[in-house]
Amino acid sequence: MTLPLQDPLLSAEGEGQPSHRAGFFRTVLKERKAAVVGLSIIVFFVVLAIVAPYIAPYSVTEPSCAVYAPPSPQHWLGCDDGGFDMVSLLMVGGRISMIVGFAATLVAMIIGGGVGILSGYFGGWVDGSLMRVTDYLLVIPDLVFMMVIADLWGASLFHVIIVIGILEWTTTARIIRAQVMSVRERVYVKRARGMGAGNFRIVWRHILPQVGPLLIANTVLTIAIAIYLETALAFLGLEDPTAVTWGTILENAFQRTAISSGAWWAIVPAGFAIAAVIVGCFLFGQAVEDALNPRLRVAYLSIRPWRLRPLVGRGPGAI
Amino acid sequence: MSGNEQAPGPATVSAAGMTGPQPPLLEVADLVTHYQVRRGVTERLIRAPQQWVHAVDGVSFRLARGEMVALVGESGCGKTTTAQTILGMVKPTSGAVRLNGTDIARLSERQLRPLRRTVQMIYQDPYESLDPRFRVRESVEEPMLVHGIGGSRAEREAKTVDVLERVGLSPARMYLDRFPHELSGGQRQRVAIAAALVLGPGLLLADEPVSMLDVSVRAGVLSLLDTLRRDGDMGILMITHDLSTAARFADRIAVMYLGRIVEHGPSAEVVRNPQHPYTKALLSVVPKRDPRERAAPQILTGETPNPISVPSGCRFHPRCPVAEERCRREDPQLRLPAGATSPAHQAACLLV
Amino acid sequence: MSLLEVSGLHVWFEPPHAAEVHAVQGVSFALDAGERFGLVGESGCGKTTTVLALMGLLPPNASAAGEVLIDGQNILAGGEDSVQAYRWKDVAMVFQGAMNALNPVKKVGWQIAEPMAFHGVAQGAAARKRAGELLEMVGIPAAAGDRYPHEFSGGMRQRAAIAMALACEPKILLADEPTTALDVMVQAQILELLTGLARDLGLALVLVTHDLPVVAQVCERAAVMYAGEIVEAGPTEALYHNPRHPYTRLLFAATPDLYGRDAVISIPGAPPRLDGEITGCPFRPRCDVPLDRCRDEDPELRLVEAGHRAACHRNDLVGAS
Repeated sequence: MTLPLQDPLLSAEGEGQPSHRAGFFRTVLKERKAAVVGLSIIVFFVVLAIVAPYIAPYSVTEPSCAVYAPPSPQHWLGCDDGGFDMVSLLMVGGRISMIVGFAATLVAMIIGGGVGILSGYFGGWVDGSLMRVTDYLLVIPDLVFMMVIADLWGASLFHVIIVIGILEWTTTARIIRAQVMSVRERVYVKRARGMGAGNFRIVWRHILPQVGPLLIANTVLTIAIAIYLETALAFLGLEDPTAVTWGTILENAFQRTAISSGAWWAIVPAGFAIAAVIVGCFLFGQAVEDALNPRLRVAYLSIRPWRLRPLVGRGPGAI
Repeated sequence: MSGNEQAPGPATVSAAGMTGPQPPLLEVADLVTHYQVRRGVTERLIRAPQQWVHAVDGVSFRLARGEMVALVGESGCGKTTTAQTILGMVKPTSGAVRLNGTDIARLSERQLRPLRRTVQMIYQDPYESLDPRFRVRESVEEPMLVHGIGGSRAEREAKTVDVLERVGLSPARMYLDRFPHELSGGQRQRVAIAAALVLGPGLLLADEPVSMLDVSVRAGVLSLLDTLRRDGDMGILMITHDLSTAARFADRIAVMYLGRIVEHGPSAEVVRNPQHPYTKALLSVVPKRDPRERAAPQILTGETPNPISVPSGCRFHPRCPVAEERCRREDPQLRLPAGATSPAHQAACLLV
Repeated sequence: MSLLEVSGLHVWFEPPHAAEVHAVQGVSFALDAGERFGLVGESGCGKTTTVLALMGLLPPNASAAGEVLIDGQNILAGGEDSVQAYRWKDVAMVFQGAMNALNPVKKVGWQIAEPMAFHGVAQGAAARKRAGELLEMVGIPAAAGDRYPHEFSGGMRQRAAIAMALACEPKILLADEPTTALDVMVQAQILELLTGLARDLGLALVLVTHDLPVVAQVCERAAVMYAGEIVEAGPTEALYHNPRHPYTRLLFAATPDLYGRDAVISIPGAPPRLDGEITGCPFRPRCDVPLDRCRDEDPELRLVEAGHRAACHRNDLVGAS
């Protein structure tokens, strides 16, 4: 027997979802440890990428030690096959990996957000045609398509950004479209239209802010995917081989038999950095998404029942 | 009060000062709004006939400044579609909606936009109709920004404060920076009313303005609307299913059934001397406050039929307790019933 | 001994990151078989929480105390474990918004029969036959049991929800705003159905609503709730003609009547928050006739005349209204 449970608290005055954006993210960070951890990881790597050229201990263009030198007090994570310091490589490589990840995501978000909003808001033939395009892109195997493009256009960072960007917007477009379609039917949007507001104003003032947090959550999740794809492309040798990124570090180490040489320090740190960024993005993105979906918030799915309090005293006056 | 038997004063007063006859604030003439029923692929393939929802099927009425008219009926009777058409959100199939003499049904979206200032709507659920991320100040200022009026920031704020005071949110400065979730239901509805008033509309459409509010605050919001139409140059069309509220606050009541007005007249006349069998049945089932007044309710069986297949003849005949053979064939028009005690009373029934 | 006896019922909620809310604060009432009892009040007064507690249908962040006796058995004695055996079998509920109470992907007849097996009332073909009978009883052809909820109109869904509640022959039927989303004519049909069921089956009916006229027309007795407490209880006639709590009087005054000529007035202010200590009478800030002692002393619910209780200090004055 399924019985609906009303939430006597949510229906009471004053209890509700946080309503404005700054407040929303503050609440998410306050209530969810995962969000704090995720955001800290992201911020750590972003800051590191920004300051990398100034604090990297050694050059990444001039060798500074022996080939596959093991970790030492001078070189904490040892050296790679060309005698470059791993710590410096990681810092500088992270910079480009992050730039690729963020730039590709920016492209994906602009396309995905735009398509989602247009599609969801206008509906009809606009929705029909945009969603067909989305469907086709959705079923193309990402990596295979990227390999073809990289091969045709040539290996360069810019191409990698564009390719990832035009492939990764589809999920976002679908999610945003669904959200816009529901917001469009809200009474306050109808009221705005009734008072004479134009489409641009309605989208900009009423719909975009409402889907904003979802778009941000999606952006963060897409960054993780973009960084992962960048690594994969680099690893497959489809990226500019002269660029230093986490992906090319891995590829180099793999090509130059780091594993059979026992030089784990040439592979593990870069792999770990990639994993950390991806985990950070997922933790934060997921936490925001969960918070946006009140159904997942608490607790009716919990098997713990309500509790009985001991009655102090007897009769109607007892507490 | 609400028992005015004749058309109330303000309309005649405002017309008197003008040269020549002024057109009424709102005139709905033979309004028809039909929707296409969406057909599935198979239905199109087998060439199933296109079906139509007869949401509004020939509605006419007038509303003057200073007047409050209630459109009463059950869900599906077409009262909300009528309001949507007057608001210009839905294009009518035929008929006219004249605002101060201009037929808005014939205007394009662009031509309509400046006219939107004239008609403002208040919605049922004030929690839904205010953007949850907008402070009170932003909600009230938005209509001014949309229409590019209100002048500078300071002037807009002064206007906002002024209109908030008018709807009883006093001191207004205390409310300016609050969010909807920090207000009670009644306060939210007052903010929605303020946002409608800020454009100085001539016509206010109120769609079930109090049905989502607590009993204890309903009277306040209704009295506010009552005051506004009495001292403003404004008419109010209230859409409601609550006959008690309509009887108490509206000058005239129009009872709708399946896209038509079946009875129309001064509130007191309609409530105390109903002529149409549907109105009679509807009035008999309104619960009374006094437990001793347990009148025998005349409960109609079934629910309002589907507006896709409207019955022949009088559209009420399948549920009518007094229907005769000719009710199946003849479609009654609104006319003065024999038993009326007011010349403004109209009913669409062959038997009165 | 009454069929249902609620005594000293309390419910608390512990919202995350906020103070505990004392939603129901010592509610007591009793009713007999065949009686129709109304529970009225504004939103947030605890009326819905009270009836949910009667069925043990509280969310996990809730805790409850007090006794709910059905035929002398305290069904809350063992918390969720003890209430399960009674839920739906002895006490069943019709929820606000019937669509939410019906599973959209199951046939209506199946949904009515489902709890019968669980409580050992009937199984298989017998359960299906009984589901058909129940549908007929609420005014729906038995054959409609093979249809899905979305094929029903609003009124039929609410009828089906009532049939569901009657599946295990409960003694007590709780109806939470059963007609709120419905049209007046359908509301009249449903109220007539509920009244008839209470009479014919000897059900004790608890009708929860914010709509005073509905209670006035349907119920013999009613309790008015405010801020988690019952502030006045008695025959509906006495509540209307001789209210002994200002809140009851003002609520009636705020309700427009079809033929009423008196002014409709609203009650200023808002109900108090229930997440803190309230000193004195909870209604004092909104009361139109407060006394000095109302500030510090919370009035007790006391008998003011036979079968009529009220919690107001004015009733202690000589020659009280």
